[in-house]
Amino acid sequence: MSDTLLSFEESLAAYDPAMGLEVHVELNTATKMFCGCPTEFGAEPNTQVCPTCLGLPGAMPVVNAKAVESAMRIGLALNCEIAEWCRFARKNYFYPDMPKNFQTSQYDEPIAFDGWMDVEVDGETFRVEIERAHMEEDTGKSLHVGGATGRIHGADYSLVDYNRAGIPLIEIVTRPIMGTREQAPQIAKAYVAQLRELIVALGVSDARMDQGSIRADVNLSLAPVGTGALGTRTETKNVNSLRSVERAVRYEMQRHAAILSGGGSILQETRHWHEDTGVTTSGREKSDAEDYRYFPEPDLVPVAPSREWVDELRGTLPENPTQKRARLQAVWGFSDLEMRDTIGAGAFGLVEETIAAGAAPQAARKWWLSEMARRANDSGVEIADLGVSPAQVAAVQALVDAGSINDKLARQVFDGLLAGEGTPEEIVAARGLAIVSDEGALSTAVDNAIAASPDVADKIRDGKHAAAGALIGVVMKEMRGQADAARVRELILEKLA
Amino acid sequence: MSAWITKSAAELADALAAGEVTSVELTQAHLDRIAAVDGQVHAFLHVDAEGALAAAAASDARRAAGSPASVLDGVPIAVKDVLATRGLPTTCGSKILEGWIPPYDATVVARLKDAGLPILGKTNMDEFAMGSSTEHSAYGPTHNPWDLDRIPGGSGGGSAAALAAFEAPLALGTDTGGSIRQPGAVTGTVGVKPTYGGVSRYGLVAMANSLDQVGPVTRTVLDSALLHEAIGGHDPRDSTSIDQPLPALVEAARLGAAGDLSGLKVGVITELSGEGYQAGVLARFQESLDLLVAAGAEVVEVSCPHFVHALATYYLIMPCEASSNLAKFDAMRYGLRVLPEGVESPSAEDVMRASRDAGFGDEVKRRIILGTYALSSGYYDAYYGTAQRVRTLISGDFAAAFEQVDVLVSPTAPTTAFKLGEKLDDPLAMYLNDLATIPANLAGVPGISLPAGLAEEDGLPVGFQILAPALADDRLYRVGAALEAALERQWGGPLLAQAPALAPALAPAPGHATTEENR
Repeated sequence: MSDTLLSFEESLAAYDPAMGLEVHVELNTATKMFCGCPTEFGAEPNTQVCPTCLGLPGAMPVVNAKAVESAMRIGLALNCEIAEWCRFARKNYFYPDMPKNFQTSQYDEPIAFDGWMDVEVDGETFRVEIERAHMEEDTGKSLHVGGATGRIHGADYSLVDYNRAGIPLIEIVTRPIMGTREQAPQIAKAYVAQLRELIVALGVSDARMDQGSIRADVNLSLAPVGTGALGTRTETKNVNSLRSVERAVRYEMQRHAAILSGGGSILQETRHWHEDTGVTTSGREKSDAEDYRYFPEPDLVPVAPSREWVDELRGTLPENPTQKRARLQAVWGFSDLEMRDTIGAGAFGLVEETIAAGAAPQAARKWWLSEMARRANDSGVEIADLGVSPAQVAAVQALVDAGSINDKLARQVFDGLLAGEGTPEEIVAARGLAIVSDEGALSTAVDNAIAASPDVADKIRDGKHAAAGALIGVVMKEMRGQADAARVRELILEKLA
Repeated sequence: MSAWITKSAAELADALAAGEVTSVELTQAHLDRIAAVDGQVHAFLHVDAEGALAAAAASDARRAAGSPASVLDGVPIAVKDVLATRGLPTTCGSKILEGWIPPYDATVVARLKDAGLPILGKTNMDEFAMGSSTEHSAYGPTHNPWDLDRIPGGSGGGSAAALAAFEAPLALGTDTGGSIRQPGAVTGTVGVKPTYGGVSRYGLVAMANSLDQVGPVTRTVLDSALLHEAIGGHDPRDSTSIDQPLPALVEAARLGAAGDLSGLKVGVITELSGEGYQAGVLARFQESLDLLVAAGAEVVEVSCPHFVHALATYYLIMPCEASSNLAKFDAMRYGLRVLPEGVESPSAEDVMRASRDAGFGDEVKRRIILGTYALSSGYYDAYYGTAQRVRTLISGDFAAAFEQVDVLVSPTAPTTAFKLGEKLDDPLAMYLNDLATIPANLAGVPGISLPAGLAEEDGLPVGFQILAPALADDRLYRVGAALEAALERQWGGPLLAQAPALAPALAPAPGHATTEENR
């Protein structure tokens, strides 16, 4: 059953959106939140477990100090206050992939609170207020076997992998984000993108949305336009790409608007986002009556970071993202428009890394915003998840700079990279893409082209150099693209001087 | 019956050191005793003869090589079934953990092994330590060796009865609201609840984490000090464990046994003596006070006004924590799994429900329901919140009292051992047994119970409780050893010498251990 949607424009005409974003960041600590088990991704199921993270009777938790440090650094980078004293709390509910049937989390005493982040959209700055950032542990992972959908309903049986159980998470919760109007989807995406950049800069997480190391939940509600009220919200879970954040906000806005404008009311519930079909479906019903019976975790002592420690961590923070952008824009010589496009495409970090790997700024920008953006769009993924790294882009550009290949050949090198054919150099060699620098062959090809188009040649002789383009095309075709177009032009002009 | 089994652990340690006996002989003597009398007492849920004898042989080899692991190396011990023991069943007295064999040792168990103590087996208890009579064990009650028709106290009735029946010279217990001290009182044995955080809880299957504490169950005060030193001290696996050295406990016990308590101020807690206490209990309590005075102590009365709310406070905090702790028993990873009847392809939730319904006893369910209710949104502040505030007031009462006196004293339990079944249908009457022991758990202070004699009206043991400030566990041993010495002078020997002899089992004993395993 598909939902009825109102158009985005009609939705906005009648309603104001309010969003709340909850982002879970899986930390990259070597060990889990409350035990010494390793956290490596992709290990054989249930090999990174111990009595504590399996919730065996009698086992007890011990707080990972590195995770507390990461939580505080995230909090500080988000301009939060750091609690002088806070506790863990138990969030009680039953679920098979949760070993203790309670999650050790934080409740009314988070490690960090009252912060903000400035988000840039279309050159404008929008301040997103951060309510809190708190520490908690991840659950295990259920795998439902049999049935058509891979979901629990209809499955023959389920397997649980507890390797993920106990991996440290930081949950970052915004205050209601209001007044965004038609920019709501973009602001949501830009917030998550910038948060991810910040996490990368802090070095506290792998920040891979495709592997679930950053997961976003999108709360959305609508209220009649201009009232400033908060409507009933839905919580869309596990939105696992930047593009999906934007789409999910847009989808829920249109779905809510259709229901409300038809005189219906929104059911407060959890919804699941479907990346493939771009829709949300109803999950478990969630009302404020759902009772987690939080109480302070009696097996742990309070976390009371000294102010000296907090100050020390403040000194380790990366540059403020806004200042950093202004600084790099000047260094790279990008226009405001170029900068805005780069950020809007989610390519700022990629361009930065590509430049750091040796590419010229404009070349780096060009590759990511044209070639990579097109490929990402074609395959419906974020450019960061395309499978080409900044280092590879820089290596390809180095080959162009050296005259070994041209831009057109470079595209074939990217084909090879995506097909896993090896390094750029190996691909150039294996596919025979190197530019022919044999002047003899090139000269013959130019002569042939001139002979084949005497009228064009005459125009060039008369000084109409623009006409050379037609001959260049013929030569390049004969050389199967493996020639330096600038050199071909030179040769044509020499010969017809 | 071997003469060795009535000796104290300290005496056995001396005999081992002097080469008068081997650990294998001692261990076998206790295994024989278990085989002979445990059919009547039912102190053990599981006996590990093979493991104990192997550990004993290893101990003897260390002795022979001149390198014993500790003073208690070779002295056998029994362990309450709420402590995880690698390779040995650990049921917590519950059906829901039937068949579970932990893959790891509790820190205290690991320390016993490191110190060379052979583990005889696991002792019976109220299910998940919830009870004061050991009648709530899913595997049947333990019987009080003083009168087999009576309860041995609880929840650690198995450990206390094992000591009183000379089935073990030492045992470990756990005390959440009196589960070491109250069984000690009603079986004429000694039990200590150390300062909260003084002994690691890692591997103790929690009832109420903020109240639970592992401690010694012995027949003498000195033995408790020896065992306390063996298991105590900081454990990085338990965040609530105190990171500082234990006070000199054995030294304090030896000092106390010399009998001089000059300069010591003893406070009698007004709220824990008087109404509701059996006459014989009060008489023995008064007699012990007189002996303390005779030893040079000054006895004064001290009021702890908030103690009257201790029971109510305890019965909110404990079930709140317990309801959450027991959620992990869901049949998904270990323990009992029951498929619901008449449900085709049951969901995980169906299986959880059926397993918990079949696996938990009534008292456990009662406390899960109490705790779940009290933590519910809208009730949390009124119940859990208020209880925590009263808890703070009770700690304040202790702090104020310890400004005036060095130790506080009271009868350990209001009555002597009652008959099996007598209070089983009256939970509130059952809870009242812990009236005097609960305040120490709420405040985290240490306490000891030692035998104070027999009540005239029923000839059953009475316990005397001593409480000290947190971290001052040594005071328990000094005062306890002094009182014990004075009392034993009066009695002409240990109180347990007056216990009726247990008739050897009518049925041949050797099959016993197997029977227990197959229950």
